[in-house]
Amino acid sequence: MKKGRFGAFGGQFVSEALMGALGELDEALSRFGKDPAFTATLDSYLAEFAGRPTPLTFCRNLSDDLGFRVCLKREDLLHGGAHKLNNTLGQALLARFMGKKRLIAETGAGQHGVATAIAGAVLGLPVEVYMGEVDMARQQPNVYRMELMGAKVIPVTSGTRTLKDAVNEALRDWASSVRDTHYLLGSVVGPHPFPLMVREFQSVIGREARGQVLGKEGRLPDAVIACVGGGSNAIGIFHPFLRDDVRLIGVEAGGEGLGSGRHGASLCGGSPGVLHGALSYLLQDGDGQVLETHSLAAGLDYPGVGPEHAMLKDSGRVEYTAVTDREALAAFTLLSRREGIIPALESAHAVAQLVKMKGELGRDDIVIVNLSGRGDKDLEQAARLTGGLA
Amino acid sequence: MTRIGDLFGRLGRPAFIAYLVAGHPDTAGFTVAARAAIGGGADILELGMPFSDPVADGPTIQHAHTRALGAGMTVDRYFDAVRGIREVSEIPIVLMVYCNTVYRRGVERFYHEAREAGADAVLIVDMPPEEGERALAAARENQLDQVFLVAPSTSEERLGLVAGSGSGFLYLASLLGVTGARDRLSGEASRLIGRVRPRTRLPLAVGFGISRPEHAQALKEAGADGIIVGSAIVDLVETHAGDPDRMAREIRGFITGMRDALGD
Ligand SMILES: Cc1ncc(COP(=O)(O)O)c(C=O)c1O
Repeated sequence: MKKGRFGAFGGQFVSEALMGALGELDEALSRFGKDPAFTATLDSYLAEFAGRPTPLTFCRNLSDDLGFRVCLKREDLLHGGAHKLNNTLGQALLARFMGKKRLIAETGAGQHGVATAIAGAVLGLPVEVYMGEVDMARQQPNVYRMELMGAKVIPVTSGTRTLKDAVNEALRDWASSVRDTHYLLGSVVGPHPFPLMVREFQSVIGREARGQVLGKEGRLPDAVIACVGGGSNAIGIFHPFLRDDVRLIGVEAGGEGLGSGRHGASLCGGSPGVLHGALSYLLQDGDGQVLETHSLAAGLDYPGVGPEHAMLKDSGRVEYTAVTDREALAAFTLLSRREGIIPALESAHAVAQLVKMKGELGRDDIVIVNLSGRGDKDLEQAARLTGGLA
Repeated sequence: MTRIGDLFGRLGRPAFIAYLVAGHPDTAGFTVAARAAIGGGADILELGMPFSDPVADGPTIQHAHTRALGAGMTVDRYFDAVRGIREVSEIPIVLMVYCNTVYRRGVERFYHEAREAGADAVLIVDMPPEEGERALAAARENQLDQVFLVAPSTSEERLGLVAGSGSGFLYLASLLGVTGARDRLSGEASRLIGRVRPRTRLPLAVGFGISRPEHAQALKEAGADGIIVGSAIVDLVETHAGDPDRMAREIRGFITGMRDALGD
């Protein structure tokens, strides 16, 4: 396999200005990735600051309802309320080891921006976050959280003024600031080595989950489910199970339905194309213009997906499916009522897939859902949509 | 010899390369702009294909891409635009595109259509030589030049690869960042010419941020074989989109001024 490729996918489709920085990052990753000083520091931040390991929770009520054994990997309990911090602590620490003086990031829902602000604050690096104007209006509390922790939030007014445009602006910033700035990309997307690096930092989810389920249940699960936006929480939990005989299911944002054209399901409804530095599946028109996406979960509202998922789709190792806004919202309510756990709307997509599998599995079958984040950020939106808030 | 190689061979002064966004502000306005650029004395035309996500471009060119797409620009019309110019002029034409335009069309098909339409070269902004194998083969197959970019951040190590990969000319980005007119010329330009010159026999054209005759003058003195102006011209197209006669006059006047600074 060619360097930086996942099968035919991935690569480094960036302008020349960034090639030096990508090479430098690749080198730093091989140098510090195995450096005991780096790994020990990261492990201590993950344990003492972020709250790892996160629990694997057996859901008694939901298991009764569905007729099989349901476990949740509780990334919602990670500091910051989502899996994002695994990646931002790793990259921010790497940036510090590399001598970088500044962090930039993109954010959609604001979760990755908040996680970058947290990492920047605790590791002493200034942070600037690009965020689409539309998303800033939708996710006001997260804008305040970032600012409270000292990050500067820069409104993006180009294009559709959402996540994709925030990535564009961050890349433009990086093109002129590469010498002293690290671009802390928030998912397993972008040019090599980002998809590989972010996977490395997120795989802690799957390593823990695998150990926990073996310890508790004495065997591997029958299926693992995760939602897929860019694909980082999904790769994080899937990767340590890839060689096992375990069904892996990635759930994309079906929006108003795949047939409606208003969704964010790049793998289920897209085709191969190049965006943000990598060849992967992409929502695009016949001329390769990138399409607008829709999902009620801001974190899944992205037209691309990580290149490793593209490979895993084509090889058939992972099944990809989509659930609609409506199904995700029902799952959001269900998990809250039955288990007392309010999931992020993104994670609710994975829960909705679980519900769809009712009747397909036996009583002793075990399914792990990666609960990538908690729903506090979504309360206002969910209340409006379910009629719970005037 | 390609049209481009031939041009640099005989000019005896730096070439003036004008960048326009195809279909900007609309089909008719673009035709006016392209003819004015040729009439004003451009030696080479660089035509940008509008893309939804032009990450290497600053606000001026981004806006032009968006406006052209809004006016109905497509890849079919892009090649129509090339044919339209070829009907009235032998000026060398460089297609400046983002990778996904080529990938989606099919790499081999895109290069074939480019050749058929009368283009001379292709520059894929977000495709370094490491990713260029298929494009380079398609370019050779269709006798088109493949132009690559060099940036101030390009290491000595990669310089050999980049300088050795392309043909036609090398595009030197005079500053670290995105496109856009700047008031002052970056000091990196002449340093970069000095670094690249010993590594290649290709002509060196400098672009990014150039907007004034004194920039052209300075780059000529620094030994550039060509200068590329994009945002400053695109800005004239945008500003005078509602008045085609004025647009044509302004573009001709601007290019004449730049050409004067390059000498004859
Ligand atoms: C809670 C949560 N889950 C999932 C995602 C989607 O990202 P990814 O697919 O990279 O895990 C996000 C993105 O913001 C998120 O906040």
